[in-house]
Formats: sequence, C-alpha cells, structure tokens
Amino acid sequence: MNSAVVAAPLTAQAFKSDYKPIWCPGCGDYSVLSSFTKAFAKLNLLPENIAVVSGIGCSSRIPAYTNCYGFHGVHGRSLAAAAGLKLARPDLTVVVASGDGDGYSIGGNHFLHACRRNVDLTYVVMDNHVYGMTKGQPSPTTEPDWDSKLSPGGTGLRTFNPLVIALAAGANFVARAFAGDPNGTAELIAEAIRTPGFSFVEILSPCVTFRPEQREWKQMVRPAPVTTTDDAARAARRLMTDDGLNIGVLYKGDRAPYQPPIGKGKKRPSDLEAEFAQ
Amino acid sequence: MSTSKSKSTKKAVKKTVKKAKSAIAPKSAAAKPAGKAAPVASASEFMAYAYAMEAEAAERYAEFADSMETHNNREVAELFRKLSRIEQRHADQIMEQMGWKQSPATAADVRWRGMEGPETADPTELHYLMQPYHALQIALLNEKRARDFFAHLAKVTKDAGVRKGALEMEEDEAEHVRLIEEWIKRTPVPDDNWETDPDPPMLSD
Repeated sequence: MNSAVVAAPLTAQAFKSDYKPIWCPGCGDYSVLSSFTKAFAKLNLLPENIAVVSGIGCSSRIPAYTNCYGFHGVHGRSLAAAAGLKLARPDLTVVVASGDGDGYSIGGNHFLHACRRNVDLTYVVMDNHVYGMTKGQPSPTTEPDWDSKLSPGGTGLRTFNPLVIALAAGANFVARAFAGDPNGTAELIAEAIRTPGFSFVEILSPCVTFRPEQREWKQMVRPAPVTTTDDAARAARRLMTDDGLNIGVLYKGDRAPYQPPIGKGKKRPSDLEAEFAQ
Repeated sequence: MSTSKSKSTKKAVKKTVKKAKSAIAPKSAAAKPAGKAAPVASASEFMAYAYAMEAEAAERYAEFADSMETHNNREVAELFRKLSRIEQRHADQIMEQMGWKQSPATAADVRWRGMEGPETADPTELHYLMQPYHALQIALLNEKRARDFFAHLAKVTKDAGVRKGALEMEEDEAEHVRLIEEWIKRTPVPDDNWETDPDPPMLSD
C-alpha cells in the first residue's frame, strides 16, 4: 500500500458490528451505543485500536455491538480487566461500559480504586437506577422511596452519589450526560477519551420497561449552569448540591495518569507468554 | 404488565399526539444541552442542515426497524424501514440537487437548539407491542416539527436564499404531514388494551 494515501475518516456506522441490539425498544442504551460510535468517528480512531470492555448487565452488551476489540467480562470486574489491558497495551484506546448495578454495587470497590489509580481509561456508566437485566431490583442509585413489588415501600436507603465518589477518589475527569442527547453525549465521551487519566462519564439512560417514568428525563435534564472547573474542592461543593440532572463536564483535572515502571526487571506480557509456551 | 407502566405508556402516546398539535421544533425540547441554534448564513449551509436533518431521521428510523425486528414486531419494523428509506431518499435528493459528492455534514456536526434534529424520532416513545398506528403518530409528529422548523427559519432569516429554500422545504414537509395523516386514516386504531402482554417481562407481576 502506498503510505502517502490517507484513508478517509470512518463514519460512526463503520464502528457498529452486524449484531443487532436486543435491548427493549425505547431503552436509552441504543442512543449510548450511537454516542460511542460517533465519538470514535469524531476522534478519527480505528476499530482495531479500540477495546471496549464491560461487565454484566444490559449496558454491558455494548462490546458485541461494536466492531472494536471487546471483552465482556465478569460482573463488576470490568475496570480490573480494562486496567490490565491498558497497562499491557498502552497504545489502545480503552473504553469501559457499565451500569449502575454492575459499576456501583458489585463493582463499587473497583470503581474507587480505578479513580485512585488514574490509569488512562474512559469509564462510561449507563445509569437507569434499576437492575434491568434481572427484572427490576433496586440498585445503588435507586431513590429510597421507589415503590415496587420487589421493594415494597422502597428501600429507604440513601442513594449512592457516583460523581462525588469519583471526584473524592481521584478521577481526573467527571461528567454527566443524557442518553436522549446522543450528539452531546458523543462530544462528552470524545472529550473524556482525549483527557489523560481516568475519565468518568455517568449517562442517565432511561429504562422504559422497569422505570417508564424516566421518559420524563428529557424534560428535566439541563446543561450544568457552571463552567468546567479544575478545582476539586469547588467541583465537590457543586456536586454535593447537584440534583442529578445537570449535564456537562463537571470536573477536569490535570493529574498525570498512572504509568507502570518499565525496564526494572518487570516481565512483559510477551515474556510471560514465552514462559507458558515452554 | 404493571398498571403504573400501562398508564405511563398511554400517557406517553397521548403526549405524542398532543405535542404533534403544538410543537415548534426549535422549542420542542425543554433541555438544550446541544447549545443554541446555530445561525444559518447561506443557502448552501441551509441545505447542509436540511441534509443532516433527513440523514439523522433516516438513521433513527432504521434503528427503530432493527429494534422492532429483534422483538418480532415485524409489521411495525417494516413500517419504520419504509420511513427510513423515504427519509434517506430525501437526503439523497439534497445531495443530488447540490451536486455534492460527499455528505456535507452529519447530524453530530450540526448544533440543533434542542437535543436532536427536528425530524428525528424520540427513542423513548417506542414500545415492543406498539402498532402501525403508533408508529405513524411518531412520524406525524416528526413531520410537523420539520415543517414548523422550516416555517420558523423562513420567518427569522435575513438571507433571501435561505428564506426561499426554507419555504420550499416547509411546503414539502407540509405535504408529508398531509400524506401521513391520510395514511393514519387508513390504519386501524389500536384498542385500549394494545399493550397487554399475556406473558409480560415483569417478574414482579
């Protein structure tokens, strides 16, 4: 091939696989998938240079619907797999997809330490305040008074505040998006990928089957009435009084991403592979 | 299926019809995270917007068709597929008319005042048991928003070329509204229990 020939940038459609999503009609995750592929196209990436890693849940089906490298991992453990992948293959763009059950409950501990370690990953959590795949149990972000047959009268439990937790634990980029705004969400994901370090994007993604009232989110969300700050204390004050419906980049720091020590007797993956082959 | 869900879905469909009567596209979404409406400076830029609008609508209907096929609602899937083909044809016509070899803009490049283009269907209005009547109501709303968008643009623009193009597009979209209204008249109205599923997905039921 003539190296002087530059291929035209790929369209968003070129990042979609031939598998059709099986999410419920009306699910917000369709739009998030669209935002993923639009962000990849916007950044002029190539599918072979991207890995989409996920755990378990409706949102975690996303890797199969892209034609990038994919890893559909263990429940709550997507960040561990993704961190290992990024450290072994720093040349890849690694994007992690999760949901509020997978990411904040069983994966909660991994979330904290992924923020703290600040490996150069983009973590996208599709939050619908419910476990959809397992038929509607309350998740860590479910409102305490959400009444259902599986939680009569509500759980009465305080909700988890993922953006505050991410900020406090050391995430370098904290944003909230809304699935009903796929173009705006694509821009946020692209900015998250461009920002070095651990980037966290929470996406309000309606579950029309178990939380049909979330259809109203499109009338309720609004752009955050503040500019992006690099002052963590200011961002924390804003987020502590946030009602969960402000969308935009809420914090963007400049902490250097974690880099593993290289050339100090550490074994590379190829060395391990050679050992196993012996 | 839970009562709360039934009420909510019916409310959503009623709201769709209500919105169709009153919506003006640039004001249709309460939230405007995509920023202010970009000014349209020239006839060529106007046609790029029109192209992006049609292409985005075609893509969304195709996604709806895929979703309905996956859930074995083949009649509605075919209807959405047809709507997608129609919108794509409109986009192709703009390309041909302008002599463009490559698409001038994608929907992601265009900054609508609302979250998406005025002709783009809202995905949360879908239901796996929906019928052609519901799908056509969604299409009707989109066409009315598109018509009103162009009418609004024709009214506010200071560029004569943009005004001419906007008036032509308004006329086209008004014709689409009329055609879909005719289509709806030929389509059976669902009964009140259209969303009743004898084997619902809700464990709690």
